[in-house]
Parts: sequence; C-alpha cells; structure tokens
Amino acid sequence: MITFNHVTKRYNEEKTAVKDLNFTVEKGNIVVLLGPSGCGKTTLLRMVNRLESISEGNIVINEQDSMDLNAIELRRKVGYVIQSNGLFPNMTIEENVMIVPDLLGWTKKEKRERFDYLMKLIGLDPKIYRKRFPHELSGGQQQRIGVVRALAADPPVMLMDEPFGALDPIIREKIQDEFLQIQREVKKTILFVSHDIDEAIKMGDKIVLLRDGEIMQYDTPSEMLTHPKNEFVSQFFGKDRAIKSLSLHTVKNLQEVIGLAHIDDAIEDTKTINVNQDLRNTISMLLNQEADQVIVTDDQGERIGSITIDLVQKYLHFEIKGKLSVSQEG
Amino acid sequence: MNTKKLIGNSFRFFIYGMVLLFFIWAIKNQYFSYIFSETGTFFVLLRQHLELVLVSSIFAILIAVPAGILITRPKFRKAEWLVTNIVNFGQTIPSLAVLALMISVLGIGFQTAVFALFIYSILPIFRNTVAGLDTIDKNLIDAAKGMGMKPHQILFRIELPNAAYSILAGIRTAVVLNIGTAALAYVVGGGGLGVWIFTGIQLFDNGFLISGAIPVTLMAILADYLLRKLEYVLVPKGSRRVAKA
Repeated sequence: MITFNHVTKRYNEEKTAVKDLNFTVEKGNIVVLLGPSGCGKTTLLRMVNRLESISEGNIVINEQDSMDLNAIELRRKVGYVIQSNGLFPNMTIEENVMIVPDLLGWTKKEKRERFDYLMKLIGLDPKIYRKRFPHELSGGQQQRIGVVRALAADPPVMLMDEPFGALDPIIREKIQDEFLQIQREVKKTILFVSHDIDEAIKMGDKIVLLRDGEIMQYDTPSEMLTHPKNEFVSQFFGKDRAIKSLSLHTVKNLQEVIGLAHIDDAIEDTKTINVNQDLRNTISMLLNQEADQVIVTDDQGERIGSITIDLVQKYLHFEIKGKLSVSQEG
Repeated sequence: MNTKKLIGNSFRFFIYGMVLLFFIWAIKNQYFSYIFSETGTFFVLLRQHLELVLVSSIFAILIAVPAGILITRPKFRKAEWLVTNIVNFGQTIPSLAVLALMISVLGIGFQTAVFALFIYSILPIFRNTVAGLDTIDKNLIDAAKGMGMKPHQILFRIELPNAAYSILAGIRTAVVLNIGTAALAYVVGGGGLGVWIFTGIQLFDNGFLISGAIPVTLMAILADYLLRKLEYVLVPKGSRRVAKA
C-alpha cells in the first residue's frame, strides 16, 4: 500500500510541480498516473523512491514513512522500471537481473534459483540468456528483462515509469498482456506512469488523472470513462470514450448479462473470436467483415454461440449508455 | 567494397615494401652498427628511455584518471571548465618550452625530463576519462540509483567499466606520444635514446641517428600493440561493442 498525504513538490517560489496530493494505492493494485506531459506524473513517481525530494507532506509505504528509511535501503525495497530499460551493457543478463539481490547479499544459490524462476515467468530460457549481454537481445526482450529485474528481490511495491513506451505497438500489447498475467501471480502494489490512454485503461485498476500537478479525478477506468468529473477529464478521454470503454468489457461479460445469439449456420464465411476478447476488438471485427455475426469460442476452441452488432448495442445500452446518460444529467 | 579492399591492400604492401627497402638500405650502409659495437651504451640508453616513459606515464595516470573521476562528480561539476582549461593550457606549450621552463625550476637531469613528460601526458588521459564518463547514458545512472546503488557502487560497477574503453584509449595515446617525446630528454640531460639521435644530427652521422630513432619507433609501435591487447582484456565484453559503435 502506498499512501500520499498532502504531497507537494516545489522547485522554487513560482514553480510547483505537484500540489497537495492525497490518494492511496491499495495493496496488490496497479494505479496508473495519467496526464499530459509536464503534469508532474514522473516527478510524483520519483518522489516515492526519493529520487526527487518531497517539499511538503509525506508518502507512507506499507505503514512506514518513506523518510524514516535511509534512501538507499528504501530504493532496494522498491522495484523500479524505466522506459529505456536501463540495462547495464557491461553486465550479463543474470548480473543485470540480480543486481538488487546482490546488493542485499544473497548467496549464489539463492540468486541462481531466483533468476531461473524469473526467467521462466517471462518465458525465456534461463540457460540460454544467463551469459548473454543486453545488446544481444531484442528491444522487447530487453524491456522484459528490465521488468523482471525490478521484481528480482521480490519487493512489495513497484514503480514503473512508462515501461512500455519505447516499444512498437504490437510488442507493447503483447508485453502488457504478459505483465498483467505476471501481476495476477505476484500481486504487487504498482504505481505506473503512462501518457497513453489505452494503456492506462488496460493496465490500471485505478487511474489518477493529473493536470499541472493536481488530481483531476481518481477512479476506476470505467467510472472515469462513464462519469468524468469535469470538463478536462471528459476532454482528455475524448469523444470516443464510449468506444474506449468497450475495451473494459469482454465477450464473457456480455454473455453473462444478456447471453449470446445462436450460430446462424446459413452464413459460412465468418471469423471466430475468443470469449475473453474485449468488446472493442469484437466491434472492429464485426465492422471489418461482411457477415453480421462472429462466432464465439471458449478457451478450448469450442463454438459456444455468436455475437452481432445488435447484441453489443443492447449490452451497451444496459451497461454503458445508461451510466453515460446519468452522468449527463448530473 | 572490393576495390576499396584492393586499394587498401596495395597501399599496405607498398608501405611494407618501403619499410623493407629502408631496412635493407640501413643495414647495407651499416647504420645499425652502433647497436652491436656499443651494445653496453645502447642498453643503458634504452633503459633510461623506458624509465623516463614509465615513470612519467604512471604518475600521469595516477593523477589524471582520479582527477577525471573527481571532476565528473556532481559536487565538482562546476569546476570542470576551470580544470579542463588549465589542462588544455598545459598542452598548448610546446614540449621543448616545457623542458626549458622546467630547467629553471628543477635544474637539469632525469627528474626534469620526467616532470615535463608527466605534464605532457596528463591532458589526453584526463580528457578521455572525462569524455568516457560523460558519454554514459544518464538513464543507466538513474536506474542504478533507483535500485539503491551507493555512489561508489555506481562508479565502480557501472561508470568505470563502461568508460574503460575511452580511458584506456587516452592512456594509449599518452604513452605512445610519450615514447617519442622522451627523445627530447637529451636536451635537459635526461638521457634516453635521444642522446644518439641528437648526436647523429649534430655529427651528420646517420649511423647514430638511425640506431637511436629506429628503436624509439619500434618501442612506440610495440607499446601501441600491447596496450590495445590490454584494452581487449580490461574492457567488459558487453561494453566493447557499444564503445566501438
């Protein structure tokens, strides 16, 4: 858990980067700091591990004031991932990943076992990569190593500064999925900086939307999309926020609420979609093909029904439009 | 690509040929004879020359590398321009003038020559140390700090290994220059192979000149070769490619 109490960052009399922030990151949650550039999100992140000093207020990490600990000790307890992976070119992958355990004085055997475990977590063969150097890896692999390095000493709290920002869209999406998978297993408390709305919606259990060092709204992604608190929030998420919010719902959610349609056998040439896919992808699939239905399959590949634009619209009406209209009234 | 290679190769063989011709010419005229007829003196001069180079280079490394590290620490950053300018100024004075100036302070002899060579070697080592440390990606330092590395751990585990290529290149430049410049030690009575070279010039005796100059040249080439090998050993494998790119 990370709690921010009246946290303020002032560079000098005129310039205040972060203004009196109060919020809590619950244990095991990912909270995304989102906002336009220069809104203070990276500064706020770096205040947690004291790479930036705190002018006023305090930050409490798991019941301990961050100022009570020595900065070095604090940083070893908090995982840190940066955008340009930050791998050290002079060290092998194993040495890179095991930096914090090494600083903490783990034994050789402990380090080796941990390295093997971590590499398996990201699906890379520890034997192959142990003695390799960073420059021998692809950008995606390097970033995975960067993430795993922050997990090395099993810190309860992680800070991630646009960790996937430098990757191309296809690899970024893949690594995001992979990371969410890992997070389900390790359940870290994570503060995540992003400027990408789609990434924030996908990764965040909650989002902090910042502007000029102030919180515009702190909410779950769906609340933010359906109930924007003010003009800035609704503008930031854009006119298409109803469509964006579709990516928060899966075909499975729709099936649970209104059920799927029967498969129309008369139509031969249609695509299939996994039941765990989100509705945003489903809609674009429906719009991209001639047939007006897409066959839904479960994880075993069994056809369990079909989905149509009408169904999505119906679901939208129940789930999203309802909420949207409420917000417009209020 | 092939024509480039061809030109490169033919140029190389041309140079080899010229060197070979030179040696045939020199040996025919018995220009190396002093090395054999005055072997005792030759080895004394060779030893003096090596001592001049070694002592001055070691002192220069001991001063310039730590100075380069110190000046790149955040605390001393502001003084960088001052120190760099002083060191640069030292380099603009011709080596003969440095020697002449030193005579008035230290008198004549070995120590004067060593001191002048030492002054002269500082700049390349210092400049390359600073450049090597400055070109390290700031994100690496940030990542190291963020993971809880102490300043000395950052220096020894991250900065120095990644700057090693540049620092060693500076040392190599300094040592090779030093071997040539050490021939001037004769002027202040510092000894070394310069004694034969200057004797040769004064007596118009190619025998003395070449018996002194060729060993100096070979020494410089050998030092360059050995220090390159040392770079290969000392620069971490992962940084090597980055350094060359």
